[in-house]
Amino acid sequence: MNGVHDMGGMHGFGPIQPRDNEESFHADWERRVPGLTTAAARAAHVNLDQFRYAIERMPPAQYLSASYYERHLFSTELNLIEKGVLTHDEIEQRMESLRRDPSAQPRRDEPAVATQVIESRLASELPPPVDSTRARFKPGDAVIVRNVHPSGHTRMPRYVRGKRGTIDRMYGVEPLPDANARGQGPAPEPLYSVRFDADVLWGGSADGRGSVNVDLWESYREQPREDPA
Amino acid sequence: MSHNPEPQPYAALRAQAIESLLVEKGLISTDAVDALVDLYERDIGPLRGARVVARAWADPDFKTRLLADANAACAELNPSIEGLRTRLVVLENTPTVHNMVVCTLCSCYPWAVLGLPPSWYKSAPYRSRAVLEPRAVLAEFGVELAPGVEVRVWDSSSETRYMVLPQRPAGTEGLGEDELAALVTRDSMIGVAQVASPTAAQAA
Repeated sequence: MNGVHDMGGMHGFGPIQPRDNEESFHADWERRVPGLTTAAARAAHVNLDQFRYAIERMPPAQYLSASYYERHLFSTELNLIEKGVLTHDEIEQRMESLRRDPSAQPRRDEPAVATQVIESRLASELPPPVDSTRARFKPGDAVIVRNVHPSGHTRMPRYVRGKRGTIDRMYGVEPLPDANARGQGPAPEPLYSVRFDADVLWGGSADGRGSVNVDLWESYREQPREDPA
Repeated sequence: MSHNPEPQPYAALRAQAIESLLVEKGLISTDAVDALVDLYERDIGPLRGARVVARAWADPDFKTRLLADANAACAELNPSIEGLRTRLVVLENTPTVHNMVVCTLCSCYPWAVLGLPPSWYKSAPYRSRAVLEPRAVLAEFGVELAPGVEVRVWDSSSETRYMVLPQRPAGTEGLGEDELAALVTRDSMIGVAQVASPTAAQAA
């Protein structure tokens, strides 16, 4: 969707000020969000693309004023409601009772599950070897990104649509986020890293010699164009 | 009512409400949430990536393997990099090419090698500007590149994760891997800083 989350190339957000923005969490409650999000996603079978698509559906003004973990909380809540695990009223009522009695927070421990969560988080997995047999393009091929504007989830940033790039690397066959977010199966496709010259993306506004690589799935591309000469 | 603590901010209360409902329904357990908090905050940090960089500086064959297949190379390390579950690509900075990593659509970050992302990496200014004006962004981090240097920005739009292999600074010829790793900063592995030589670091 053409949402405010698709920020590449936008103006007006000001300087980065890294020294004032070092911390990972803005408040104590945010520290629990990664664990809460992970546990809720496991319990309600929310995949990563559904998680991202729910963040993208946050109303734009709210998105821009929210912290990273406020967005994650919003997404977790929206997915839990859409999957029928919680209701909006239930959450409101629980907030009211916690407001009256903050100690009314129940606790339940399952050490075996906690151990398993950490072990699965620390497990390493080698990605499958790159399978190029399904790939239509090879490194060096020129491709044009489709000029389409899907209203659902996609990982095709606006700033590359309609632009010409070069296949730089192949990453094998990966689930297509657009399909995965709809919960209708992963519909895997060849995935590439595509290099775009800064001049092609930004014209006279490019700030020097350079390029941007974007990872793009095969169906994000038009047919390779014939040599114009 | 005078004994009530400060009222919780709205989002904090909402997070607490969701957690308590899920706990009550038996869908999640409190200690699993606690454990992940501890893991993110205590155990995983940029020293993991720094060890990879130091090995690559010290061992040219390892560097070749790292640039060809970072997941396999990281698995060789002792101790190996835990939690590396998606494809990792390591990008080498040279005198003529400078690489820099961003995620414009959300805030994807190589967690397994760098730990938790800093706020600025997740902020609108960085996400919007890194692809459009990387040199201006680098200047805000104090990095001035010669006009002839090619700047390659990597927008992490898939589950592939990117980490930069910074240039080895001068004056580090005699150093061992632990000493080298101590020089490598998180920002240099995101590609928004260069690694200072140890003499320059002492003078600063």
